[in-house]
Amino acid sequence: MMSKLITCEEAVKKVKSGSRIMVGGFGLVGSPLCLIAALAQSEVKDLEIISNNLGEPGKGLGVLVRQKQVKKAIGSYFTSNPEVVKAYQDKEMEVDLLPQGTMSEAIRAGGAGLGGFYTPVGVGTKIAENKEERTLNGKKYVFQEPLKANVAFIKAKKADPLGNLIYNQSARNFNPMMATAADVVIAEVDEMVEVGEISPEEIVTPHLYVDFIVVKGGK
Amino acid sequence: MNVKQYIAARAAKELKHGDIVNLGIGIPTLVADYIPSDVQVFLHSENGILGVGPSPDPEDIDENLVNAGKLPVTVLEGSSFFDSASSFAMIRGGHVSVSILGVLQIDAMGRIANWAVPGKNVLGVGGAMDLLEGSKKIIVTTLHTSNKGEAKIVKELTYPITSERKVDLIITDLAVFEVKADGLYLLELSPEVSLEEIQQKTDAPFRIAQSFYHGKEVTAPWL
Repeated sequence: MMSKLITCEEAVKKVKSGSRIMVGGFGLVGSPLCLIAALAQSEVKDLEIISNNLGEPGKGLGVLVRQKQVKKAIGSYFTSNPEVVKAYQDKEMEVDLLPQGTMSEAIRAGGAGLGGFYTPVGVGTKIAENKEERTLNGKKYVFQEPLKANVAFIKAKKADPLGNLIYNQSARNFNPMMATAADVVIAEVDEMVEVGEISPEEIVTPHLYVDFIVVKGGK
Repeated sequence: MNVKQYIAARAAKELKHGDIVNLGIGIPTLVADYIPSDVQVFLHSENGILGVGPSPDPEDIDENLVNAGKLPVTVLEGSSFFDSASSFAMIRGGHVSVSILGVLQIDAMGRIANWAVPGKNVLGVGGAMDLLEGSKKIIVTTLHTSNKGEAKIVKELTYPITSERKVDLIITDLAVFEVKADGLYLLELSPEVSLEEIQQKTDAPFRIAQSFYHGKEVTAPWL
């Protein structure tokens, strides 16, 4: 039986300086903290990170911010980490802010092979200042490009060796979309189970999306 | 009951049996404590929950179960979990009946600012724009004036606008306004609040609704 299991150290070698990576999580909930910790141990820098937030000061992705490994962040809510605000003010980091629903749909579109979409969210606001506006059936929309990445780090509850995944309650958040939208997808999981143990009806992310698996705390 | 709880309790009266309800951070979160027992609503949280229950006891906190304010929650029977794209599709697609949101400013037409402060870097928007754009009905809850005593209901927004979409109802500690096509209508005054006081503390012009009601029969416990 094939297995996609690798170590965290092997996983972070898929990320190069200048890579664009997606990282799952809503704050620290559903965030692949072992993979992030391994990335913080590595020498990579100039990362472009697509994630709803950039952790908290010194926690999660906040460690990469503190170590100046992040060149650009794309997400919806960065004010929860004051060190991101400071890095932005000091022009050490670029920020691209998207409404949370636009961001999650852009990732979904990226994984689904779409060229983008028109959304009514943000019309007439600062967020849409440089975006194409179009009126369809009398309603105004702005165009949003899809988001894709070189590598996605996601967090799930259980995987089988094929890479089928299920998630844990509200820790699901952005992870299932990110699993679809990167060239290399690495899932950090709490537990590995045998193929067949997760019912086909329960599987949230089918294995074709998942390239590698690391087990939290595993070697 | 403190002033924020009073506002939350008033907002809770707007909810109808069967509503799908999204509660924002701050006063809106308190609304859950005041929903009448004969009204069953389903709380939606944009991080991927339908059927949010009360806060857990400390020993029952589950780190994987939080609401959109990142606070620990529980879920009720019949609840479901879904990913963020599905959650916002529900919101944009008009499947959420009511969103109750906090607000920084409201203009004379009922448009609001609730995501950014002028002069500061704009680094967080979260789901504010999505909820305002997509929810079928929007109720905003707020103290009538800011900490500095400035009016929050203003002629024109000085804070960045969240959406061109107007809200439907404004509930403050002093009054309730309905938003109609031609502007704001005063629906209610809280007990012991005079019309003069509201006129003084509201920069935007407003009309008096035909159904205007002055809650005289109860005292305002926070005053």
